[in-house]
Amino acid sequence: MSSEASAVRGAEAGDDPIISVRDLHKWYSGVHALQGIDLDIQRGESLGLIGDNGAGKSTLINILSGVYPPSSGTIVFDGRPVRIRSPKEATRLGIETIYQYNSVVPSMSIARNLFISREPLRWSIGGFGLIDTKRMHAEATRALSDVGLHLRSPDAVVSELSGGQRQGVAIARAMHFKSKVLILDEPTNHLSVKETNKVISFVRGLKSQGVTGIFISHNIQHVMQSCDRVVAMARGKIVADCRVADVTMDELVSHL
Amino acid sequence: MKALFKRSLQNTEIPGLVLLVVLVVLFSVFSNGIFVSTENLRGILGLLPEIGIVAIGVAILMIAGEFDLSVGSTFGLVPMVMVVFMSHGWGFAPAFGVAMLIGIGIGLVNAFVTLRLGIPSFITTLGMLFMMRSLTVVISGGFPPQIPSDVPRWLFTDYFGPGNFLRASFVWLVIIAICASLMLSRSNFGNWIKASGGQVAAAAALGVPVMRVKTICFAGCALLAGFAGVIQSLRLNSVMSSTGDGMELQAVAASVIGGVSLVGGIGTVFSAIIGALLIRVIDNGLVLTRTDPNWFKFAVGALIVFAVVANSWLQRLGKSVRVAG
Ligand SMILES: Nc1ncnc2c1ncn2[C@@H]1O[C@H](COP(=O)(O)OP(=O)(O)O)[C@@H](O)[C@H]1O
Ligand SMILES: [Mg+2]
Repeated sequence: MSSEASAVRGAEAGDDPIISVRDLHKWYSGVHALQGIDLDIQRGESLGLIGDNGAGKSTLINILSGVYPPSSGTIVFDGRPVRIRSPKEATRLGIETIYQYNSVVPSMSIARNLFISREPLRWSIGGFGLIDTKRMHAEATRALSDVGLHLRSPDAVVSELSGGQRQGVAIARAMHFKSKVLILDEPTNHLSVKETNKVISFVRGLKSQGVTGIFISHNIQHVMQSCDRVVAMARGKIVADCRVADVTMDELVSHL
Repeated sequence: MKALFKRSLQNTEIPGLVLLVVLVVLFSVFSNGIFVSTENLRGILGLLPEIGIVAIGVAILMIAGEFDLSVGSTFGLVPMVMVVFMSHGWGFAPAFGVAMLIGIGIGLVNAFVTLRLGIPSFITTLGMLFMMRSLTVVISGGFPPQIPSDVPRWLFTDYFGPGNFLRASFVWLVIIAICASLMLSRSNFGNWIKASGGQVAAAAALGVPVMRVKTICFAGCALLAGFAGVIQSLRLNSVMSSTGDGMELQAVAASVIGGVSLVGGIGTVFSAIIGALLIRVIDNGLVLTRTDPNWFKFAVGALIVFAVVANSWLQRLGKSVRVAG
């Protein structure tokens, strides 16, 4: 899809993009994984990103979350051109990413997981300091109940939680730190139907909190249940971009 | 109550502690009480700091998800460097300082090769084990250099306290253990260590500077090994080219027996100390009960297997305890 076309799309949706990507390319040595992506993501919308394995979905979001630099192209975030050099920088901008497996550290407690690399400190010297455990505990309890996750105690070890609860912890973290954009890369893979529904309801809940959500999945049904808009990718390009209300599943599948 | 029961089942320090109590009772009975005599405890606690300090560094590095098999060689090389400098007329303080810097340097090489060149630390540090041992032999010049008599032994190995019960090295062990323990369990850096070892991809994605965290752990581990080597050398009043031989496996054994996970992310400083104490207790107990000392390695090996099996069994048992939501 050309950049003019996506600009037109944006205009329809009330043109206030939080992220604008222009002519984004990514090469992995020999592989041309992104071949000129133009995409506007509107503030507060929930966008579903679909496509077969290898289409380039993860590559696109890895660039947005600071894991890899793009080979070329521009990213405008919140009206400013940005270079996202590290995950830390993405977080600072307000872009939080939840991956299928590595969103939490199973051997650590829920509270500690919520605050990894952003621990509330009692005092610190040069960035190192003593954790304010009381505050961490209290804020963790609040963060969990804010997303409707009712767990016994934030001191429980994450390895004891189900897959859906683990994703809930990661979502609670993003909400607690007031991220503007929440990216979920295949958050429902290997989850039971019940847990998948829980995650989908989390994604739906983003909208009411004013958070922009990017939901990646190769399950079109999950995307249609939880998103306003669907973008389909194939072989490093965007091949379809439509409002969920305007398409049927069969039409979407025909693009892939 | 049930939650407390569950948590203590899953506390990985428990099997080590239980073993410690059992062995102390057994050795006391079979040695007719000599084992718990003041004189014998003084001997055990006098040697504990050397393996204990090494084990703390090894345990923290293991929690960060990496191994150091070169600690035994560092344990020998660092005091050897110090003594060679002193034999060339250097004073204790500068020789000690340079030797410590070399210790840190060994850790940084381990970190660089492992993290930048992407080699498993098991292999990197196995290579360093041989290289540093060889260097130790080379710089010793084939004969053990003398340690001058004016070194500040009071600061490292002299006895002190009521009945001269403790060595100065024990104070070092306590200070290092407290600092390391606070760092690991209460500081943000400790959180990053556990995250890096527990799930490195998540840690990195969440903004933990994984490379820096692991590098500091490698350097700290080597520094502690070198420091412990200096303590042993001052206690024995000599460095040999074989000093620290086998220390790496004892330190890993101590950590594992105490409940540190081999795959990273799980463990405490206290674990390493329990494990180290167990090894000292076995060594000493076998001698006191006149058991053939060749059983020492057998006993340590059995403890490792027992501790790991017990731990994984308790973890599963703990998981099955349902706590009301
Ligand atoms: N780290 C990487 N190194 C080399 N090639 C990669 C890397 N990540 C992805 N690729 C390649 O880039 C293409 C797009 O992959 P990816 O973005 O993971 O697709 P998706 O998430 O849509 O399945 C694939 O051909 C994949 O093999
Ligand atoms: Mg993917």
